[in-house]
Amino acid sequence: MSLRTRLDQDARRGLSQISLPFIFVMLLLAVPLVILLAMSFWTQDFLTLDRTPTLNNFIEAWSEPIYRTLMLRSLKISIIVTFVTVGLAYPAAYYMSFIAPNNRKAFLVFLITIPFWTSYLMRIFLWKVILGYNGVINASLMGIGLIDKPLDFILYNQLAVVLTLSHAWLPFAVLPIFVVMEKVNRTYLEAAQDLGDTPFWQFIRITLPLSMPGVVAATLIVFVPTIGDYVTPKLVGGPDGLMIANLIELQFKKANNAPLGAALALSAMFLVTAVAAIFVWLNRRYLKAEGAA
Amino acid sequence: MIELSNIEKYYGDYHALRDVSCQIKKGEFFSLLGPSGSGKTTLLRAIAGFEGIDSGAVMIGGQSMAGVPPNKRPTNMVFQSYAIFPHMNVAQNVAYGLRAQRLSKTQTAEMVNKSLDKVGLAGYGERAAHALSGGQRQRVALARALILKPKVLLLDEPLSALDRKLREEMQSELRHLQRSLGITFVLVTHDQEEALTMSDRVAVMFEGQIAQLGTPQSLYKRPTSKRVAQFFGSMNILKAEVRAAQNGVVITQIEGLGVAEIPQDLAPDIQGSSVCVGVRPELMTVLDDDQDAYDKETPAVVTDIEYRGELTYYDVKFEGLDTPVVVSMRNTTNREIKKIGQQVRIGWENASAVLLLDQ
Amino acid sequence: MSKRILTIFMVVFVLFLYAPTLLLPIFAFNDSTFIAFPLSGFTFDWFASLGAAVELRGAAINSLIIASISAVTATTLALLASSATVRYRFPGKGIMIGAIMVPMFLPEIVIGVSLLTVVLLAGFQLSIYTIIMGHTLICTPFSIAILRSSFQQLDPSMEEASLDLGESRFSTFRRVTLPLIMPGVISSLLIAFTISLDEFVIAFFLSGTEPTLPVYIWSQLRFPRKIPSVMALGTLLLLLSICLLTLSEIFRRRSARRLGQKDNGGAW
Repeated sequence: MSLRTRLDQDARRGLSQISLPFIFVMLLLAVPLVILLAMSFWTQDFLTLDRTPTLNNFIEAWSEPIYRTLMLRSLKISIIVTFVTVGLAYPAAYYMSFIAPNNRKAFLVFLITIPFWTSYLMRIFLWKVILGYNGVINASLMGIGLIDKPLDFILYNQLAVVLTLSHAWLPFAVLPIFVVMEKVNRTYLEAAQDLGDTPFWQFIRITLPLSMPGVVAATLIVFVPTIGDYVTPKLVGGPDGLMIANLIELQFKKANNAPLGAALALSAMFLVTAVAAIFVWLNRRYLKAEGAA
Repeated sequence: MIELSNIEKYYGDYHALRDVSCQIKKGEFFSLLGPSGSGKTTLLRAIAGFEGIDSGAVMIGGQSMAGVPPNKRPTNMVFQSYAIFPHMNVAQNVAYGLRAQRLSKTQTAEMVNKSLDKVGLAGYGERAAHALSGGQRQRVALARALILKPKVLLLDEPLSALDRKLREEMQSELRHLQRSLGITFVLVTHDQEEALTMSDRVAVMFEGQIAQLGTPQSLYKRPTSKRVAQFFGSMNILKAEVRAAQNGVVITQIEGLGVAEIPQDLAPDIQGSSVCVGVRPELMTVLDDDQDAYDKETPAVVTDIEYRGELTYYDVKFEGLDTPVVVSMRNTTNREIKKIGQQVRIGWENASAVLLLDQ
Repeated sequence: MSKRILTIFMVVFVLFLYAPTLLLPIFAFNDSTFIAFPLSGFTFDWFASLGAAVELRGAAINSLIIASISAVTATTLALLASSATVRYRFPGKGIMIGAIMVPMFLPEIVIGVSLLTVVLLAGFQLSIYTIIMGHTLICTPFSIAILRSSFQQLDPSMEEASLDLGESRFSTFRRVTLPLIMPGVISSLLIAFTISLDEFVIAFFLSGTEPTLPVYIWSQLRFPRKIPSVMALGTLLLLLSICLLTLSEIFRRRSARRLGQKDNGGAW
């Protein structure tokens, strides 16, 4: 312990500890992604793999109308779902942080997260039940007498997908916003009030800006995984609501065209990362202090 | 007991300890005193083994501590936050370090009880950690460290988390404890009163260096620099010119006060230079009309008064000196308090002034 | 005034959140093979049929094994990663922890597909071990998020005190660190367990001949006659989740109370 080394004791300990999880991630994520990337430049003929590099898969992915349509549709659905989810989550988080009494907060967090812990598949399937021709909504509306024929536009289309996905992601969106709101120092609000702000302006000028890191986190948490959702479009989307993930699965399984599937998957990932990066960059000044996640 | 030689420590580019050397004697109560950022805690942690040093040596009991981790050093530490393990009760906390000795349950219990007794917490063994007050936590931390019979006990600002009254109580308790145990104590504090009250010797640190090391008395009465002087209580700093220096006496002309023959041993070549001279407020007296017992006497005018119960602080203005000088007087029963604007005579001794050797 | 609006909103919000879940028990006890209104009558038949389904049992056991191993592995990796990032400074820290957290933000299908590619190209068999790898990968970021706050609450002088009193690094971890971060560890284990138990996409791509519970359920969903039993199964799983979560919350609160920590609701 007598000579100054470039990596001091602190650094050595930290590095040795993080090495195991880091290597794990490298092996299971980085390496496979690189291989996936390589795969996207190859061609598959039934079960044989031709490894000569080619851009055909990417060209096909972006020029074939069906792939392009689905890619853009998935992006669109992701964006809409994110808006709806974060939009609904924000008031809920606000209630939980600023209106609910302190001793109830832990309970509310618990309450919000329980649905998250029930089977995802079940929840999607149940939405099918709710929105179906003989489903809960139609049965109730007919029962009350508001309509005399069941509604047929609420299932097997993009609307159903958006509705179902928004519902599924709500707890994910509420929690990050809640956490950040809890950190907002209430004394700031008192100071603002002392300086003349009404509750409305206190919200606009203090609470809203300070809660933005949470909003950004929630947006990313919802937006990025949604584009690749498989189960929801498959169960409630119908042909109109099909998303890119369903096509990717098809390429890997029945269509025996893994390279195309890889190209599609990577294109989707690139698309969503680009949009997310632009979003984060636009909001960069809100993220300077405590960062998201 | 502890020998620190030429210790250097960097945090990146920040020079935290600069060529620090000192010796701490066996059985003494030694304090490291300084403002935050002075390096005192870094030095303590280097002795404990929690910080490495970049060059220099730490020797404890004649043995080099290079490469020796904290759990193998003959030191134990009382941390600033006390670090009482919340998931154990008091007895378990105190017995924590005994595990390696593999004592029987009865032996452990006996030692724990003795230790708790010594710190005034007899019977507290079963108490849960979170049910303790700040002062009690500190005692548990002490008991936990002392039960291992270390050669040196290191204390990192142990009293800073306590309120004033408790702090004063603990100061004398720590002093008594140290005397009764005879162990070397090394204490870090930013509170000069604490250091003066408890220690045998104090090292005053600024910016990673030891500015002055000595007994509380010598630090207070004979500070070697302005900064050290002003760190302990208040000190009037006056400009002066050295007329002559020989035979252990320095003749100076102090602005406002006149000529003083200060008993201080300095080389004769200091003659003619401009220096700073320090005089403590309590070493000057506002003379009553019939008093005449002092070496020197200078007329002045009272410009401000601050009554502080036990003492009264006067701002007095001397002729030839722009800024007022502070003089403090004990408020005895019959002593009258002067008024602003009143003409007074200030009495002082030659020996009350001290030359401060820095710029 | 806005307080009242928000309160009403919250009530509606929670009802909306729970709506599908509440339907589960209704149709699980409904005496009809059609999942539609109107309801037909009360029956235990569907629950009974579950007992006979051998494949269900196999899938359930697979899921339990996978979830347990994934939870333990993810928590262990997360312990290492959180300890490293919260307490030490070292070069490359930002990049490394960023990489470890990435799986939380990637679409599961991308992870599933890339792992599938590697497994197939390397000639390995798909088995529960491939699924365990995938699940550990996605659970670790969640565990890190939880354990990070545990480590931030940990007073560094606790470990220093233990070292100072003579304990080695390992026994310091065992006697001081681990007990103090226990609430986080419990939360992490339970959350990772639940995530793995319910995970479908990666399991769908990586399961060989031994399906997990969600994969089994998926295969049943295409048979209309099997649906009510699936409802019954779902109800049981719901009950199990609620029990697990309640238990975890009780333990977490008790642990936190014993350590005198503030209760932040377990929100990470």
